[in-house]
Amino acid sequence: MNSVGSSISTPKLRVAALTHSYDSLPVLEKVSLTLHHGELVALVGPSGCGKSTMLSILTGAITPHSGRIDLDGTPIARDTAAFAYMPQSDALLPWRRVIDNVTLGLEMHGVRRGEARARVTPLLATFGLDGFARAYPFQLSGGMRQRAALLRTVVQERSIMLLDEPFGALDALSRIEMQTWLEDLWNRHSWSTILITHDIREAVFLADRIYVLSPRPARVIAEVQVPLPRPRSLQTMSHPDFVGIEVQLRDALTSSGAL
Amino acid sequence: MSTTYHQHAKSRRSFGVGTWAPALVILATAVIVWQLYTTRSGIDPRVLPSPSRIAVAGWTARSALWANTLPTLQETALGFTLATIVGFGFSIVIDASRILRNAIMPLLIGSQTLPLVAIAPLVIIWFGFGITPKILLIALLSFFPITVAFLEGYRATDPDIERLLATMGATRWRIFRTARLPTAMPFFFTGLRIAITYSIVVAIFAEYAGATSGLGIYIQQLTNVYRTDLVFAAIIVTTGVTIVLFAATYALERLMIPWYRRSRGSQPR
Repeated sequence: MNSVGSSISTPKLRVAALTHSYDSLPVLEKVSLTLHHGELVALVGPSGCGKSTMLSILTGAITPHSGRIDLDGTPIARDTAAFAYMPQSDALLPWRRVIDNVTLGLEMHGVRRGEARARVTPLLATFGLDGFARAYPFQLSGGMRQRAALLRTVVQERSIMLLDEPFGALDALSRIEMQTWLEDLWNRHSWSTILITHDIREAVFLADRIYVLSPRPARVIAEVQVPLPRPRSLQTMSHPDFVGIEVQLRDALTSSGAL
Repeated sequence: MSTTYHQHAKSRRSFGVGTWAPALVILATAVIVWQLYTTRSGIDPRVLPSPSRIAVAGWTARSALWANTLPTLQETALGFTLATIVGFGFSIVIDASRILRNAIMPLLIGSQTLPLVAIAPLVIIWFGFGITPKILLIALLSFFPITVAFLEGYRATDPDIERLLATMGATRWRIFRTARLPTAMPFFFTGLRIAITYSIVVAIFAEYAGATSGLGIYIQQLTNVYRTDLVFAAIIVTTGVTIVLFAATYALERLMIPWYRRSRGSQPR
């Protein structure tokens, strides 16, 4: 996941004026955003605002009506395997053991089983799955399942990670635990990531920059920098700056009619 | 995870001793009433033999019974294997395209309306008294539940998983093998249990329509000579064989999809 000789000024990903509609229903209206190398950008918006359409376009499942997507300064090809995607549900295969679930992406890329396992095994501990390689998903807690799904995403070593409400299904306590864990891990690795969420606090806590989307058709109504120092902790959440950004986001959503 | 999947799981029952006990009590009561009736009423044993008479006659004729059970078992095993292959094959073809689904499905449903009494003798005229017509008849009449079970199973696949695999660059066939087929396996075993009971019935009937050996022809010959006691003994053997095969599908299921039953109930989501 290193930048391949790209200059610092060229963004990792540039989405320009992306517009899409289903029949006569417009869902995206000139959505533009950028993601710099090593940055974590959050997209915040009301549910049903077109975030999943955005994801389908980025992963190549849908061709947008107009707009442009550049990866490292060049237009993205349809079959470019640029994104590692983590769906809202963990989407673990119930008949596969944890080790065979987390190597799924590598397997689909033709990496041989032994090599795939060798690449994943040292990461199991980091993802809190030590000793659970042979377990089935149903034997894991909700948080462990999410970490397994994240590990499956990370090991694909794509240039950009797409996380679709990764902790939406978790209870409040596990969610906070996962958020601090993820912040720490991402802080150490600087993986270029787009995080889709409807949780304002989660966005502020994890992101470097936040785009606020309007209700459908989605437009970018605000772009907010999060200059809070890293590593962040639970104390960060009560910092005046944190609260200030939270209020700013809430105001943006309110004025767009989303709240 | 798909909800259909779990509804399916919950609709299943485990067959423990507690589940069987009431059935055994009813069975035992029926046998006792039957025994008392036949001994007290003085009914002709050629019309209705007593359970004890059936037991004695069956034990005496055990080698003949066994010799006729083997061909029936063999036909069932082969016909059933063919039914599984054909049923699975149709499910793949139907799942592959809507056009093929529309073209094939009505024919398959039509095939299930063919009256066994009419076609069994025909198939025997075409293929003789050997094992071939039995295998064909069994396959014809029991592939359908397997096809339907697979199709239901494919449809229960978690769309998130399919989408995830697509983003990993998996082809349609790869997605089928990695996600759709494994999802369908528990459904397949349900279809298998329905099909196995059909198979035995069809095997017996096909033999009835013409065979050199097997439980069906054995029953027919003994009916003709009023050995009702042995007819009942043969029926009991048939029932026993069916129950054993039915139980075997559970063993096979545990072997092939070990994750499935263990995941029932232990998953909070």
